[in-house]
Amino acid sequence: MNLSVDVVEETNKSIVNLAGEIDAYTAPELKEALLPLTKQSGHLVEVDLEQVNYMDSTGLGIFISALKSTKENNSQMTLVNIQDRVLRLFKITGLDEIMDINSAIRGGSE
Amino acid sequence: MDDILKLDAETYKELMKRYMETRDEQSLYEVEQASKSFIQNNILPDEIVNMHIQALEELYPSLSEDIQYSMNFLLEAMIAYGIAHQEYQTLREKQSELKSEISVAASMQETLLGTTKPDIEGIDIGIISVPAHQMNGDYHHFIKGRDGSLGIAMADVIGKGIPAALCMSMIKYSMDSYPEDVMSPKAILNSLNRVVERNVDPSMFITMFYAQYLPSEHKLRYASAGHEPGYYYNAANDTFEEIETKGLVLGVTPDTAYPEYEMDINKDDMVIMLTDGVTECRDGDRFIESEEVLEVIRYYAHLPAQEMVNQVFKHFERLQEFELRDDFTLLIIRREV
Repeated sequence: MNLSVDVVEETNKSIVNLAGEIDAYTAPELKEALLPLTKQSGHLVEVDLEQVNYMDSTGLGIFISALKSTKENNSQMTLVNIQDRVLRLFKITGLDEIMDINSAIRGGSE
Repeated sequence: MDDILKLDAETYKELMKRYMETRDEQSLYEVEQASKSFIQNNILPDEIVNMHIQALEELYPSLSEDIQYSMNFLLEAMIAYGIAHQEYQTLREKQSELKSEISVAASMQETLLGTTKPDIEGIDIGIISVPAHQMNGDYHHFIKGRDGSLGIAMADVIGKGIPAALCMSMIKYSMDSYPEDVMSPKAILNSLNRVVERNVDPSMFITMFYAQYLPSEHKLRYASAGHEPGYYYNAANDTFEEIETKGLVLGVTPDTAYPEYEMDINKDDMVIMLTDGVTECRDGDRFIESEEVLEVIRYYAHLPAQEMVNQVFKHFERLQEFELRDDFTLLIIRREV
């Protein structure tokens, strides 16, 4: 299975468009793209998960390290357009309460 | 080694001679077989070219010098391949060494993390834990309290493989060090959270469901650190309910609080605890939904708990395109009287 990672740069903001599956095999690629973006102070990283239909716990690990990195580097991360199946993982693990997650555009039920 | 080489050179020459005379398929087939034995005997490509040169010289003594020179040229060109082949051999040996080291580590993990399913009157317990790879990143642990209570920890380390397994030992030994009067589910999760937060790499985290069963009161107390929700089977109504909890995974922030819940367990009720290896099972491209897992549990519910969990795993293992992607752990407790 594959994951495509496409980063669009705007002023003080990076949009990370993901498509495919995030698992143990594809997670390193995500980590490599995502973590450096969170290291710029004042930067906003918006991760679009609309095209991600599967994520396992390895993927969650990447988002947790990214979250920790935003706190250390005074940057921000927001996850948008999360599909239900993926959102469920964030809810079970309690991460939806400490991460900025917006599922309202499509796919989310709440 | 030299003897083998000589013998091979002789075979090679004979085969070549026969082929040049008859152009038969059989010789081609035999030289293909011979090349397999060259590989087995570690004969390098440049040595084969050398055999070819010798055979040529013996079979065609009047061969033009140009061809002889060109063969020497080919010989040089093969040398790097020979070196690469030797490296490959060394790597294969190293790989098998590593493999055996990992299996030593895996059996050591089993010893370190071993836990015995306790015998407690009035409750029936079944547990199965199957690793997807050599080392198991799932963990369960039984703690029998002096007051007759039973503590059950079920955890999953993210990050798989060896780092995950090492991390589990840390969790187990922290838990073993807690005095019994702080064994309430929320106190355990609170203090494990601090241990994990301080000691573990940021991309690694642990989910845990901790339950304490009080046989005298028939109550279950529990708390969850972001763990895959378990299920409660209500025998009177023959229904399953998801056990809803709140609580962040261990190791994300140091000051997380874990709410504790309590429920009554009636006769024949069951509590089902699992890891996401169960709910993330796949049959080819299809996900196995939790409803399906519960249906299978219901189907085998007449069996003793241990047989029940074994049968549930077998059921999924039998699916045609079943693939165990993640460690699979399923635990069922049933109140008997």
